[in-house]
Amino acid sequence: MTETTADLFDPGADETGGGQAGPASRAIIVSYGFWIFLLSDFVLFSGLFASYAVLSHRTAGGPGGRQIFDLSRVFLETACLLASSFCCGLMSLAVEAGRARATYAGAAVTFVLGAAFLALEISEFAGLVARGDGPSRSAFLSAFFTLVGTHGLHVTCGLVWLVVMMAQVASLGFRPKVVRRLRCFALFWHALDIVWVAIFTVVYLIGAR
Amino acid sequence: MDEHANAHAAPREGAQRALRAGLVSYLIGLGLAVALTLASFWAAGTNLIWSPGVPIALAVLAIAQMGVHLVFFLHISSSPDNTNNILALAFGILIVSLVVAGSLWIMANLDANMLPMDQLMRMQR
Amino acid sequence: MFGKLTWSAIPFDQPIPLAASAFVVVAILGLIALISVKGWWPYLWSEWITSVDHKRIGVMYFVLGMVMLLRGFIDALMMRSQQALAAGGAMGYLPPGHYDQIFSAHGTIMIFFVAMPFVIGLMNFVVPLQLGVRDVAFPVLNSVSFWLTATGVLLANLSLVIGEFAKTGWLAYPPLSELAYSPGVGVDYYLWSLQIAGLGTLMFGVNLVTTILKMRAPGMNYTRMPIFCWTALASTLLMVAAFPILTATFAMLLLDRYLGMHFFTNAGGGNAMMYINLIWAWGHPEVYILILPAFGVFSEVIATFSGKPLFGYRSMVVATMAICILSFLVWLHHFFTMGAGADVNGFFGVMTMIIAVPTGVKVFNWLFTMYGGRVRFNAPILWSLGFMVTFVIGGMTGVLLAVPPADFVLHNSLFLVAHFHNVIIGGVVFGVMAGYNYWFPKAFGFTLDEGLGKAGFWCWLIGFYLAFMPLYALGLMGMTRRMQHYANPAWQPFLILAAVGAVVILAGVGFQIAQLVVSIETRDRRRDLTGDPWNGRTLEWSTPSPPPAYNFAVMPTVTGIDAWWLMKKAGQPRAHTAYEPIEAPRNSAAGFVAAFFATMIGFAMIWHIWWLAIIGLFGAFAVVLASAWRARDEEIIPAAEIAKIEGARAAPEGAA
Repeated sequence: MTETTADLFDPGADETGGGQAGPASRAIIVSYGFWIFLLSDFVLFSGLFASYAVLSHRTAGGPGGRQIFDLSRVFLETACLLASSFCCGLMSLAVEAGRARATYAGAAVTFVLGAAFLALEISEFAGLVARGDGPSRSAFLSAFFTLVGTHGLHVTCGLVWLVVMMAQVASLGFRPKVVRRLRCFALFWHALDIVWVAIFTVVYLIGAR
Repeated sequence: MDEHANAHAAPREGAQRALRAGLVSYLIGLGLAVALTLASFWAAGTNLIWSPGVPIALAVLAIAQMGVHLVFFLHISSSPDNTNNILALAFGILIVSLVVAGSLWIMANLDANMLPMDQLMRMQR
Repeated sequence: MFGKLTWSAIPFDQPIPLAASAFVVVAILGLIALISVKGWWPYLWSEWITSVDHKRIGVMYFVLGMVMLLRGFIDALMMRSQQALAAGGAMGYLPPGHYDQIFSAHGTIMIFFVAMPFVIGLMNFVVPLQLGVRDVAFPVLNSVSFWLTATGVLLANLSLVIGEFAKTGWLAYPPLSELAYSPGVGVDYYLWSLQIAGLGTLMFGVNLVTTILKMRAPGMNYTRMPIFCWTALASTLLMVAAFPILTATFAMLLLDRYLGMHFFTNAGGGNAMMYINLIWAWGHPEVYILILPAFGVFSEVIATFSGKPLFGYRSMVVATMAICILSFLVWLHHFFTMGAGADVNGFFGVMTMIIAVPTGVKVFNWLFTMYGGRVRFNAPILWSLGFMVTFVIGGMTGVLLAVPPADFVLHNSLFLVAHFHNVIIGGVVFGVMAGYNYWFPKAFGFTLDEGLGKAGFWCWLIGFYLAFMPLYALGLMGMTRRMQHYANPAWQPFLILAAVGAVVILAGVGFQIAQLVVSIETRDRRRDLTGDPWNGRTLEWSTPSPPPAYNFAVMPTVTGIDAWWLMKKAGQPRAHTAYEPIEAPRNSAAGFVAAFFATMIGFAMIWHIWWLAIIGLFGAFAVVLASAWRARDEEIIPAAEIAKIEGARAAPEGAA
């Protein structure tokens, strides 16, 4: 969220927020607003985390974390999402440089890795449900499926958004509003990886002990 | 004409520099994040750390990795134009901590004072 | 095909809901017919429904609140009359199931669909004008926020006509709100209506935080911002921080009800107390979301009508932000009796008492502002004075309740009910009324009738005390809340007095309606030609009444607190010779259409009409796509047109 190359050559607007020079530039306003929204999303996850933490031992005679978590799959998911986040970073560089082909390439790899993450997660969920250990089995499983599932839902929305953004680049080019939206996407994608760090640590690594 | 050409050369160099700086930032971030992830998975499974200390170690590693993401991927910095971003982040962290820690404290306290659930259900007619 | 929806959803067998439904349906159809016959649809569509102007959206929020105030107040009258009658062996006229829906609807509507729209409406209208800018950060999002709130209102009120409402109280505690004990659609109406409205509120919070922190007139640093903007900032920060908790909690309850999960159920290891913990982690910041803007209104009104700057600006700012943070450290005081130990109860009890301190600082600052000033007793100042006495009483009973042992006796008694009405009516409602009377001329170009306004105030004030002081006594005598009937005949005289108080408040509402009607009819006599009818201090008074769409032809440069006052003292001329064209956001139907699909989704989910919900989701997504590919988001207002509008303003007579 540092100033982009474009902003470096627009010294008129006051970016410190101190207010001395009037309203900030549109780019700063949009990024900041999206950042505030992301923080609200973190609070949403904190509510789900709190519930998970409180309910994690209430297994109602069913399985606990140790019984159902497959840490090698979690490691693979983590690798996919981290790599996806890195590729999103590369895509952001391509966007700032205005290079369309590099943007599509970065987006494609980001998408594939994100989709791989989702596929692994869906297979985990499907396996559990098939065994009868679905979310309605116990409070622990409800909390697990909801917390991890909400993150997965966010990833899904992100993938849809990425496709829409590539359609926007293809049809509208790198006009300012498209670039602003791509920056918001990148914020979103990196934030999801931050949430995943919390999930794999608290839910899987600590929960599997 | 010369001035015109020079005026364009400067932005192009600036753009190249920014590109390289950005790439370095993402690569460092990736490297650190990979290292911290490997460390987390290792710490969770190893016998080398005193067992009750493992969750704390994992929490520290997780917080460090979140910091790596924030600095190297999200470009949170300490420059004056970033102050609002950091304040907002601090506020968010405060709220998240209060919700999670507060809920855990309250619910644990309630749990300690509660009858076990099966005894409670038996009390219902 | 239609899920759970059948003809039996319409209350043909219950006379009171049937009569109410018929009245509402006829009224709405009549309104639609009137608009159609008069040919007002094009005007309404282009000037209001698709408007992204913060001033229009603010007015619409406020009108929504006013309409819902009438609905919620009718619920209150029904409760008061029922309780006045149902003493000893009498059962009153409302059956228990119906009475439960009434008190649940009353609370839900008053908090979510009256108080929130009122304060959001005021903040929406005033903040950009006070900051010296042209609109909020995200104008289209502003419209979406409003229309999603309207969807919530529609769904909640639809429950009267089709189906039923929740019978669980306004917070829908499990296990009662779980499917096992509330199998009907009532709780689903409650949950979906509030989830959708909550989304709108969250988006407004993001919008205004960004506006206040990133968009201010040149020279307006943080220490020169009007105090109402500081309280708006604190309030919207709380919206951003607290509403996601509500979303998460309601989502978990919805998952319990729809997918058989076990977050809060008795079976499967669920923990109902977790719901109460989380919902109040939202609920306490929520009441501060409501009161902080009201505090801001009082700061503005008292300073203006005392003719003095606000006393202790910096301490006000510190107190406001302290309240903002502290509001997240007290939420357990809503469930002292749930069984936490002494250390937990003690901590939250002490924190609750501490949060009274910054509020006390504010009260002293208001008093010191008036001291030494020449106070003009217009309606806004009367509401402020009424607030100061009433809110302080309510605050003191709050500090009493903050003592856990005292709360063990008084929790869920009428004492509690009296306390929170004391602070919400005395604080939020009085603040909203003050703001309404204060900023009405700015919004519509003419003042409100003073006499009727004062009559309305006195009825509200006297009616409030008559209605709620008896409830304090009843609480101490042992009467619990939400009673449809009661055995102890000694309580009845108090409840009859309370019912009388409610009727006096009704008279107050009547005076306010009369005030509005009379003011509109006599508006030509009371035009605000200067834009500054109260000799105000902040920038909104530097614009014409009503302001043009772009607010400021030239963004003002701010050199100190009370920027407009400074400008008047310096005698700055308002005429400019050269104007620049202004980029204004274009109207957008996105908000209205998105809300249409949100209503579809909500209704479909409530009645389990899955195919309709999926259509709604696709429709909402289509709105997003259409908005994203919109060719032109802005239109240019040419300099010549601006010059014409500015030139048509009556020249001001200088500082009063």
